[in-house]
Amino acid sequence: MRNLRRIKEGLLKQFFFLNGILAILVLAGIFLLLLSQGILAFKEISLFEFLTSARWSPDSVVRPTYGILSMVVSTLMVTAIALILAVPLGIGCASYISQLASPRVKEIAKPVIEMLAAVPSVVIGFMGIVLVAPFLTKIFGISSGLNALNGAILLGIMSLPTIISISEDAITSVPSEYKEASLALGASRWDTLVKVTIPSASSGIIASIMLGMGRAIGETMTVLMVTGNAPAMPHSLFDSVRTMTATIAIELGEVPFNTTHYYALFAIGLTLFVITFLVNLLSDIILSKGQRS
Amino acid sequence: MNTKKIKEKLGFILLRLSVLFVVLFLAVILTYLVVNGARVLSWQFLTQNPENAMTQGGIFPALVGTFFVALITAIFSVPLGIFAAIYLIEYAPKGKFTRLIRLSIRNLSGVPSIIYGLFGVALFVQMLRFGASLLSSGLTLGLLTLPWIITASEEALKSVPASYREGAFALGASKWQVIRTNVLPYAFPGILTGIILGLSRAAGETAPILFTGVAFFIPSLPKSLLDQFMALPYHLYIMSTQHHDIEGVRGIAYGTALVLLIFILLLNLGAIIARYRMRKIRRA
Repeated sequence: MRNLRRIKEGLLKQFFFLNGILAILVLAGIFLLLLSQGILAFKEISLFEFLTSARWSPDSVVRPTYGILSMVVSTLMVTAIALILAVPLGIGCASYISQLASPRVKEIAKPVIEMLAAVPSVVIGFMGIVLVAPFLTKIFGISSGLNALNGAILLGIMSLPTIISISEDAITSVPSEYKEASLALGASRWDTLVKVTIPSASSGIIASIMLGMGRAIGETMTVLMVTGNAPAMPHSLFDSVRTMTATIAIELGEVPFNTTHYYALFAIGLTLFVITFLVNLLSDIILSKGQRS
Repeated sequence: MNTKKIKEKLGFILLRLSVLFVVLFLAVILTYLVVNGARVLSWQFLTQNPENAMTQGGIFPALVGTFFVALITAIFSVPLGIFAAIYLIEYAPKGKFTRLIRLSIRNLSGVPSIIYGLFGVALFVQMLRFGASLLSSGLTLGLLTLPWIITASEEALKSVPASYREGAFALGASKWQVIRTNVLPYAFPGILTGIILGLSRAAGETAPILFTGVAFFIPSLPKSLLDQFMALPYHLYIMSTQHHDIEGVRGIAYGTALVLLIFILLLNLGAIIARYRMRKIRRA
């Protein structure tokens, strides 16, 4: 009887362990699958061309070219502008919610921001088409509002909840002694916030920005719907751009399985995976360092 | 008033404005959709099939499709997620390997959704030969939801007071008995809210189902797991960008967006309220 129970407990432990390591298996599985499919593309494409050419024309009859540079630049451009818009706003919100808001305001503001995070990306993209695009054409007098700027504004909004909630945690966890010492020395509450509290929370804030960045780089539907999707090197904010994610979304449905073009899309996916993996890993390291010290 | 005071006043106004701005975003999105979507919203809109090349009629198959795919997602990811969380909280030793598991979970939740789509195509559609189907999409979304469910369940398990476990151990219960009779019941409401939040987000995703099973239009509801299906988010995507008469079907797009948003926000609101109540009861 006793033995039976011990065996059952041991088996259950093994069972839970198998579920526990699932996350590692899935992450490794995604990487290996992208790698095994993506690498097949380089039987016919040179890696150098893939990374440095800005010409992506897989359908060309004469000589198909597979260069992802313009997509990478487009992705980075849209992401950078999104962060320029979202970071000050996000840190402002986080500071307010953490340091100034009354408990009642906090109780309303936090769920509202959480709800913003819950709005599906297609709905945000749809708002970009019906609201932001007409707004941009009117203000800047351009012919189409479906461009890089539109995508950047929406990605900014979408990365806000991440930036706000993680920054807020970081700012709230700054020891109150720091603030008290600053106030006791005669600094105003504003100076204390800007010169003491926020710098002390900087590692958490940087991590939050990087997580927001990872989200913006990987976002698909929103940019697919509002950036116009012209596969060329962008020159201005008002150019129509096509990101890495949008290229996969547009072309994967059209290509026949197991062709060079199909594998090339996996190679883009692999590039995207590596970029977001590094960004997330770095933010994770920054966050855990901040927590330890 | 000296300059220091003025600076402080201005600074705080700025912070206040930034919060107002963010709240305003959500308010604008909501009002705009409600005002424009309410015009087409009706019982018929929810219960009829699309008609005349999707220029008229309702969104019934998309509504049902989203429900089905969310169900498969749940069947797949909920047990696995909860079991993984039980391992991490109740069994896992402190050490490098456990840290690696947690790192993988955090990193998985940051993997772009289109990558899950690629993975789903290669693994479920191609290798396992499920084809573009409800099953492939549900499994792909299940993988996407997994890290969220694990994290939420972990939080819920962590909140169980140590005395609950110790009391049961003292009475001679085995580890599994402790988990089953004392830990899980206490953590259940927290796990449930996490599941609702995770599934509501999965139901709104488009990129992972794009190539794994969702269809532009099919006249009948899916009859088996290997059938293709329609889904609300994808329906909104084609109605707003791919339809041959985009201006003509704008009304349907507004209606679809509103239904999708209401569906997801209600689930979220429910989960948030439940969590808030739970905290209050526990504090008391």
